[in-house]
Amino acid sequence: MLKIDNLSAEIANEDGNGKAILKGLSLEVKAGEVHAIMGPNGAGKSTLSYVLGGRPGYEVTGGSVSFNGADLLDLEPHERAAAGLFLGFQYPVEIPGVSNVQFLREALNSQRKARGEEPLSGGDFLKLAREKAALLKLDMEMLKRHVNVGFSGGEKKRAEMVQMGILDPKFAVLDETDSGLDIDALRIVGEGINTIMRAEDKGVLLITHYQRLLDYVKPDRVSVLADGRIVATGGPELALRLEEEGYDAVMAEAAA
Amino acid sequence: MTQTAILPTNKDEAWRYADADYLKRADVNELTVWRESIVPEGQTICETTHLATSGVTRLRVHVEAGGRYEHFALNCAGAYARLEIEVTLDEGAHFEFGAVTIGGGDTTQEFVTRTIHAQPHGTSNQVVRAVQWGKSSGNFLGRIEVVKDAQKTDAGMNFRALLLERGASANTKPELEIFADDVLCAHGAAIGQMDEAAAYYMAARGIPPEVARKLMVQAFIGDAFAAMANADERDAMMEQALTQLEGADL
Repeated sequence: MLKIDNLSAEIANEDGNGKAILKGLSLEVKAGEVHAIMGPNGAGKSTLSYVLGGRPGYEVTGGSVSFNGADLLDLEPHERAAAGLFLGFQYPVEIPGVSNVQFLREALNSQRKARGEEPLSGGDFLKLAREKAALLKLDMEMLKRHVNVGFSGGEKKRAEMVQMGILDPKFAVLDETDSGLDIDALRIVGEGINTIMRAEDKGVLLITHYQRLLDYVKPDRVSVLADGRIVATGGPELALRLEEEGYDAVMAEAAA
Repeated sequence: MTQTAILPTNKDEAWRYADADYLKRADVNELTVWRESIVPEGQTICETTHLATSGVTRLRVHVEAGGRYEHFALNCAGAYARLEIEVTLDEGAHFEFGAVTIGGGDTTQEFVTRTIHAQPHGTSNQVVRAVQWGKSSGNFLGRIEVVKDAQKTDAGMNFRALLLERGASANTKPELEIFADDVLCAHGAAIGQMDEAAAYYMAARGIPPEVARKLMVQAFIGDAFAAMANADERDAMMEQALTQLEGADL
């Protein structure tokens, strides 16, 4: 479903020189799979999500990414979303003056238009939004407020998952969706991801520091990202070993 | 007296950002005549102005005790358009001003207000937003005068500009002249560009750039018309303003 092949990318510095972050990263996620990416700080986990989402400031210097057979890197960010890619932000952005309801209705209908589908009416949209907000136990009143403005860290992350539920993507790249969540919120978000994304024809790339989200969202595959490359891939047991033994031990073994 | 002797030029403080070529060609009456009106004691008058063509409009309003004068304006004229309002507030009177300039090309769009708090307990609130692209400029010159006896005056003035392209500009010149000692006068101004993080966030959710821009501009200018009591009129103002973006070559 998502095939990343030998991907290299750099971040543009203020002085105009690029700093290489991804250095030949290869990874494949098949339909129906949840693939967790773990790794130490500075390994390039967030950069991977930014590059997949087409965030300005990140330049691809080599390799390719194909998404359902299409060249993902050839698409503009909004076209990637319309093609079914959802990016869960580690730091969701506040947009004063635009309500969540308007934001999401514009987003959904822009995507539907790009796919040649009819727009959803105001009433149908609100019904859908109410259903997804309930799933994440987010008060519907929150969706009437401006996008992420005044939301706590945990509320922002739950709101991200409500957005995912409404937009119903084929593939989600979730960048540290578990950070800033307390125990209860972690469970709610985990169950939300399962309900929305666990399907034969969907896939998830779950970027996380810790094992704890994986207790709720059971990964099919786990990869370790270090210094811009995937250095080890295995089943769910790999995440448990990382938690027990630490990155250094597992990476040393992989290198040996 | 000759005509040229009394025509304003850019050397006059109140006309410093005006379109010099327009001033040279303009009719003397247009630049110097005031339309005068009175808001009677205790009454409310609400006016809206939509400047779609070049020209200078000057209004002089006297608000009697306890009266309320509201003016909401949209300036999207092509070459040079200026709305100038001079308001004198009697005891406990209020002046509410919400205005938006929006345009591109070579246009100069401006609002000029002079608010005279002539008696105690008067209040005024002004919110002006400028959205410019191309080589256009959006200007707000706001002068607040509080006379010696106008104690307990509460006056506020806020200007913000959003420049969608390099080359566009915005100018503001708040002036406060206060002779009373127990008053509140607040003013603020900021000029900025489109929030790139928000624009990318919208793109990541599938919103194409032109729709994202419209949403951001809508959010930005909303404050200027927030005080409009008539929701239909407010929506129509917003729609007229946002329509300007459609022809924009950005």
